[in-house]
Amino acid sequence: MKTRSIASLLLTTALTFAATCVASAQDKTVKIGALSDQSGLYADLGGPGSTLAAQMAVEDSGLAAKGWKIDVISGDHQNKPDIGTAIARQWFDVDKVDVIVDVPNSGVALAVNNVIKEKNGVYINSGAATSDLSNAQCSPNTVHWTYDTYMLAHTTGQALVKAGGDTWFFLTADYAFGAALERDTSAVVTANGGKVLGGVKHPLNTPDFSSFLLQAQASKAKIIGLANAGGDTTNAIKQAAEFGIGKGGQKLAALLLFLTDVKAIGLETAQGLNFTETFYWDMNDKTRAFSKRFAEKMKNNAPPTMVQAGVYAGVRHYLKALEALGGNPHDGVKIVEKMKSMPTEDDLFGKGEIQPNGRTIHNAYLFEVKKPSESKGPWDFYKLVGTVPGDQAFTPLSESKCALLKK
Amino acid sequence: MQALYAQLLVGLINGSFYALLSLGLAVIFGMLNIINFAHGALYMMGAFVAYFLLNLGGINYWWALLLAPIIVGIFGMILERTMLQWLTGLDHLYGLLLTFGIALIVQGVFQNYFGSSGLPYAIPDQLKGGMNLGFMFLPVYRGWVVVFSLVVCLATWFLIEKTQLGAYLRAATENPTLVRAFGINVPRMITLTYGLGVGLAALAGVLSAPINQVRPLMGADLIIVVFAVVVIGGMGSIMGSIITGFALGVIEGLTKYFYPEASNTVVFVLMVLVLLVKPTGLTGRAA
Repeated sequence: MKTRSIASLLLTTALTFAATCVASAQDKTVKIGALSDQSGLYADLGGPGSTLAAQMAVEDSGLAAKGWKIDVISGDHQNKPDIGTAIARQWFDVDKVDVIVDVPNSGVALAVNNVIKEKNGVYINSGAATSDLSNAQCSPNTVHWTYDTYMLAHTTGQALVKAGGDTWFFLTADYAFGAALERDTSAVVTANGGKVLGGVKHPLNTPDFSSFLLQAQASKAKIIGLANAGGDTTNAIKQAAEFGIGKGGQKLAALLLFLTDVKAIGLETAQGLNFTETFYWDMNDKTRAFSKRFAEKMKNNAPPTMVQAGVYAGVRHYLKALEALGGNPHDGVKIVEKMKSMPTEDDLFGKGEIQPNGRTIHNAYLFEVKKPSESKGPWDFYKLVGTVPGDQAFTPLSESKCALLKK
Repeated sequence: MQALYAQLLVGLINGSFYALLSLGLAVIFGMLNIINFAHGALYMMGAFVAYFLLNLGGINYWWALLLAPIIVGIFGMILERTMLQWLTGLDHLYGLLLTFGIALIVQGVFQNYFGSSGLPYAIPDQLKGGMNLGFMFLPVYRGWVVVFSLVVCLATWFLIEKTQLGAYLRAATENPTLVRAFGINVPRMITLTYGLGVGLAALAGVLSAPINQVRPLMGADLIIVVFAVVVIGGMGSIMGSIITGFALGVIEGLTKYFYPEASNTVVFVLMVLVLLVKPTGLTGRAA
């Protein structure tokens, strides 16, 4: 009897040990899903470049050499919330994805936010603009990197109002992002003594803006605020030049402008535009070195946009948190808590932190598009005009409506 | 009221593109019985050819207006000779699927090399600037687009409806065997017709290059609306597609003024209404 119980005890111990070994071996596997618009109007600012950024972050983390197995897969949400959530569900349920990164398009981003919370995954959003991700709709599973509508409104918007642009007319993309950007910018305009004279909501992906531009022209507002992005912004800017809007004394405010947009508009038309980004490839030696490596792997040799840079930085920080945890617990809330407890630091955004509401805080930069004569290379587009420290650029915690803050 | 005039004029400008594109579609459908879903991709190729001519060959806009339709037209004729001609006599669905597949491939290839945000193409110096019409500031280039496309549309209509060549073409669609008996090379004529339809799409592409971005998906965004235009105007009706093209541009322009949120659906609402009341389209004849 005694021998038997000892034998069974030994067996149990052996089995438990074996099981632990297997478990800890599995714990070093991570699957990253880069969910983006792979072929539509936001594909150049995120898309395949974001997948590449995630892969580079994995390589640079050096975890493979330490026995970790990290895979990056990609998906195309086609700017449709239903497709985005379907992919996210499949990734968690079937493909065992641990973290979803990028997700431009605020409409898709907010929908995916709910799925990730339900599945207790990790969400590192870099592509979407809506400030709701770290505000009214914040989630313990979500980190919002790179930028948001509050930041854009309080940098570009505020700078323009202070420079005398006190009457505004908005051209707004008719979905979650446009609405959030218009709301946040209007608040800044009125808070600084300006007035919003009106606005038009245009459908996403509008090829022709002439009709809306005429309405903006007729409003006689000093500033025409473009609360849109990607192809919509480039078309609006290009066509505004055609209708002589700059010459008539009105000024365009490109509230959200990416490197790839400036390339598409061309410096001739884009010169002099003021806007805000949190990353530009030509900031310092570190950003230049990374961008060079990145561009070499891109098909059109494009340096990273701030969204792609955000994906890189986000994944790096995520992997640092996992390494600190010693393995992958597959528990989204636990990992995000760890991420929030560690200060962020990387070559692209410098030092920063993740606030309790999931908002990553880092510097924001006011840029001006160079004149064609000032540009020395194919992607030499920006002049640095000013730097806004992170704590002034993003939503102060006292103003945040995030439920996570009420403990 | 002044704002309304401006919106009407702007609508007319967009209508020019609809008219040019739906005209090409109508010509191809009328003569070849093919629903050419590749039309948007060929329109995009027109814009890209103009871009290449300018940036690689230093060939200006005016030459591009002539050369791009010819180059893309030849590409279209190769498509017709190698693929589309085998579909003669088969159900419309085969042509639709084949051309749709071609469109996806062409767009995919361009997207692979040029991304999605597009390339800039400047307005030619002669057409820069604008004039003040009192009720609006009209960019010269936009005015040029309306006039030029109107001329091209009417010339095409004249060619097909009023000339000897057009008569052969129309006869060849009605009864190819009989026309062949008169010693006319019907397959070659059909190839040339496809080339003409494609050339019109490429021409629209060159015209739109300075206004919109030269983007791989510029045609995909437009083609669905243009199909609605063709359906409303009546499949295969030349004059019908020209008039509907301009008219829908104006209606869309007015929607952008009164209820902008609906501006990308109004055309389809109209299409549903027309199909319910007159299934052959406004000017179409019963098949």
